[in-house]
Amino acid sequence: MWLLFIYFATVSVVAGVLTVSLRNAVHCALALLTLLLHMAGLFVMLNAEFLAAVQIIVYAGAILILYLFVLMLMNLKTEEQHLHKKYPYLFFVGMGLLAELLILLMLSPYGGTMGTATPELILATGPSHAVGVTMFSDYLLLFEIVGIFLLGAVIGAIVLAKTPAKIENPEPANSSTP
Amino acid sequence: MIPLSAYVAVSAILFMTGLVGVLIRRNFIVVLMSVEIMLNAANINLVAFSHYLHSMAGQMSALFIIAVAAAEAAVGLAIIIVIFRGKMATNVDQINILKW
Repeated sequence: MWLLFIYFATVSVVAGVLTVSLRNAVHCALALLTLLLHMAGLFVMLNAEFLAAVQIIVYAGAILILYLFVLMLMNLKTEEQHLHKKYPYLFFVGMGLLAELLILLMLSPYGGTMGTATPELILATGPSHAVGVTMFSDYLLLFEIVGIFLLGAVIGAIVLAKTPAKIENPEPANSSTP
Repeated sequence: MIPLSAYVAVSAILFMTGLVGVLIRRNFIVVLMSVEIMLNAANINLVAFSHYLHSMAGQMSALFIIAVAAAEAAVGLAIIIVIFRGKMATNVDQINILKW
């Protein structure tokens, strides 16, 4: 169990660091793919098999392909300077925040009210069943809102990325009509 | 049994990696990818707490985060295409007309 966790966690972190540090944007996308797949492995270890499947299908299968499509469409050249000029300062800001976050996490007691969905109860019917029952009872309104939200996002993306129509000139400049 | 703090530590490291990526990268598609890393780190956190506190709420939130991430990617990439078509700019420091 620990071996699997260490493998998934290490590869996730290394792939995340590669995603923000590689020079070529397509390589960044492939590192992000590795990160997403190993994160799905962590989800399986946490008893969330349905979420792992959704992660692979939606994230790795749809969102990442969208990124790759746009990257290939724009045909970017590899930049000589792929980081900002003052990146060491920002890097140290990030490291300081990470140190603070980790110290706070180490000091945290991790207490909380226990819910009713114990792992045994979930494993009795399967995680997908548990997710489905919860989603269509307690979270039904949120589910519908997310549906409308996605529809709005699709319409917005189409309207934004559409090729602008040529404006018909009502009076051509070089027309020599009598 | 792996303690909850291990998952939370992985999530914190990934979140800060994504934050540093948003801050230091120039290419705006990679900036959006760093935002995806941050959203994924939040997902791990939610699922870990959901597992250890015996509640389904965390998994639900993670599912909705994935849906929101899909919408964000679609609209963000559409905006990037519009900017690229008008300005041929690929870096965030070239898009500064709103800056005074």
